[in-house]
Amino acid sequence: TQKITVREALNSALDEEIANDDSVFVMGEEVAQYNGAYKITKGLWTKYGEERVMDTPITEMGFAGMAVGAALAGLRPVCEFMTFNFSMQAIDHVINSAAKGKYMSGGQLSAPIVFRGPNGAAAAVGAQHSQCFGAWYSHCPGVFTLAPYSAADARGLLKAAIRSNNPVVFLEDELLYGKEFDVSEEVLDKDYTLEIGKAHVEQEGTDVTLVAYSRWVGVALEAAEEMKAKGINCEVLNLRSLRPLDKDAIIKSVKKTNRLVTVEGGWPQSGIGAEVIATVMETEAFDYLDAPAERICGADIPTPYAANLEPEAFPQVKNVVNAITRVCA
Amino acid sequence: TLNNAAFQSFECDGPTATEITVSKEEMMKFYRDMFAIRRMEIASDTMYKQRQIRGFCHLYDGQEAVAVGMEAATTLEDHYVTAYRDHAHQYVRGDSIKRIMAELTGRFAGCSKGKGGSMHMYKKDANFYGGNGIVGAQIPIGAGLALAIKYKKTPDACAFGLYGDGASNQGQFFEALNMAALWKLPFIALCENNNFAMGTSTARHAAMDEFYKRGNACAVPGLRVDGMDVLAVRAATAWAKEYVTSGKGPLVMEMMTYRYHGHSMSDPGITYRSRDDVNEVRKTRDPIELHKQRLLEYGVAGKDEIKALEKEVRAEVQEAMDFALGSEEPPMSELYTDIYDEAGYAACGNKIRAVELSSSPSVTK
Repeated sequence: TQKITVREALNSALDEEIANDDSVFVMGEEVAQYNGAYKITKGLWTKYGEERVMDTPITEMGFAGMAVGAALAGLRPVCEFMTFNFSMQAIDHVINSAAKGKYMSGGQLSAPIVFRGPNGAAAAVGAQHSQCFGAWYSHCPGVFTLAPYSAADARGLLKAAIRSNNPVVFLEDELLYGKEFDVSEEVLDKDYTLEIGKAHVEQEGTDVTLVAYSRWVGVALEAAEEMKAKGINCEVLNLRSLRPLDKDAIIKSVKKTNRLVTVEGGWPQSGIGAEVIATVMETEAFDYLDAPAERICGADIPTPYAANLEPEAFPQVKNVVNAITRVCA
Repeated sequence: TLNNAAFQSFECDGPTATEITVSKEEMMKFYRDMFAIRRMEIASDTMYKQRQIRGFCHLYDGQEAVAVGMEAATTLEDHYVTAYRDHAHQYVRGDSIKRIMAELTGRFAGCSKGKGGSMHMYKKDANFYGGNGIVGAQIPIGAGLALAIKYKKTPDACAFGLYGDGASNQGQFFEALNMAALWKLPFIALCENNNFAMGTSTARHAAMDEFYKRGNACAVPGLRVDGMDVLAVRAATAWAKEYVTSGKGPLVMEMMTYRYHGHSMSDPGITYRSRDDVNEVRKTRDPIELHKQRLLEYGVAGKDEIKALEKEVRAEVQEAMDFALGSEEPPMSELYTDIYDEAGYAACGNKIRAVELSSSPSVTK
């Protein structure tokens, strides 16, 4: 094994997929000459030129729509949003143009496109730049929504997304970009892909299931570590994919542990945790619950700036520990 | 001979010729196609009022010369996308009135299997990408089609994004045109100016209503065309295609046209304009009447020949109506198909959620 960062994982995945298929190209703000606002596309413009790595003006609605048009005509664009916060200006094209085209045309159209970029709260950037779009995009049929945690997730899911004929929203996390993970030779293979729609058991356990995605998998793992000392054995499920949601994995784990805590950075109402818990309520997994499930999520507020307030707006390890303690009481 | 105000150029040396050479066959085809579109739209109006067509339905009568003239100057290698007023465009790209009416009536034999409706017609095999129901959204999509054409180095092809005078005010028009100009894409932003953004006249919705000059902000030239004259439209489109495929970048075209019907079927179209206004256009600028006069004037066809052709078209439209009403609605299984490709359905465990979880079906594609 060797260590690579999530940034390196994403960069190498893009590099390999551009090399692999002439119809793959990257477009977005500062992706080319600037090397990417978060350096995910570093070196790609130098290597592949401006036909494959295109800088756009700061016009999300325009370039997202153009990327969809190019996809409809048979190309495989990777459309970077500098952050998903700005994708709100373009959400019409993600949903109305890309996700619904195939259905409305009776199967004639397809839009093999990936919309990617950092999602969720970063640090100290205030309310307009700190929110999770997991619930927003995964609400909608016709587009898949993926949310990697580790470097292996990032590589395997991004490559799978680019190769998919379905539109994909690919939610990264800025605070994970610099985080290093161990990866095997297999993960570094140029044809390494992960199956879309499958969750991953990060850690097996017997007493409670923690369901999380993106950076919050890390928070759940830390909480699990802390609980181990208290004799509670947590199973940590990394969703990887918010749509399709791996309901079988959730049900299987809840049937095994009989307890459930969800962890996410998004707001509570109509959120991913709500969906996970509804999945349990709607299926046989409900009969296996020994305690009401709990959600740990972003507070129901716009994100504050002040250094003392901001941490209280998002889940911390202590919150997850509290929830586990309650459901296991 | 065109009228001498057929073209107005902005920041380019647009077409000026007023003498057009056109074959007898083409002249007859233009008449037939425009008349067919007119009859198809009138039939749609009737069927709508009989509640055989549901929902939104935007009719194209009055604007026929634009779709027909444009098609005459393009090939199926050229890509295009339009707004929700799309029946005529589906027709000129080669689809049958039968399949269009079947779509309008929500039948499986429709061009989108009955799953799109009036606003969502597509003909991928003719590079026609719809049929977009969101005002202005088709403009960047059209520019994206042009991006793909340039990317794939398709020689001599261009892309059209058609929109109305209302959509000219959309921010995404400027966003897309700016990029198309920066990247010298073979893109024609084609405004069908029918004078009204829904019920708001150009005078009330546009601070600057010379829409062919709207590219000025991105140094994109423009061409205004008499959109009621099919020959002018054809000549202008041919010129425009030549212009954008020669590497000079995009062009804004404005077709001066008019719609007889209201914005949609829920709009009688007379609260914001008078019946006299509409009748005046019918009397003086109607594209079909103008063309008919030319057929007679130049001896292309006699009155009897035209009558016979009209009769044939009427029968074809009637047949299409009967076909649509007599054909099957989509099977229930169609509810769940055409959302993802095969691998996509597999990723969903081949299950799509129904209204009741317990009735969710297994779907393979």
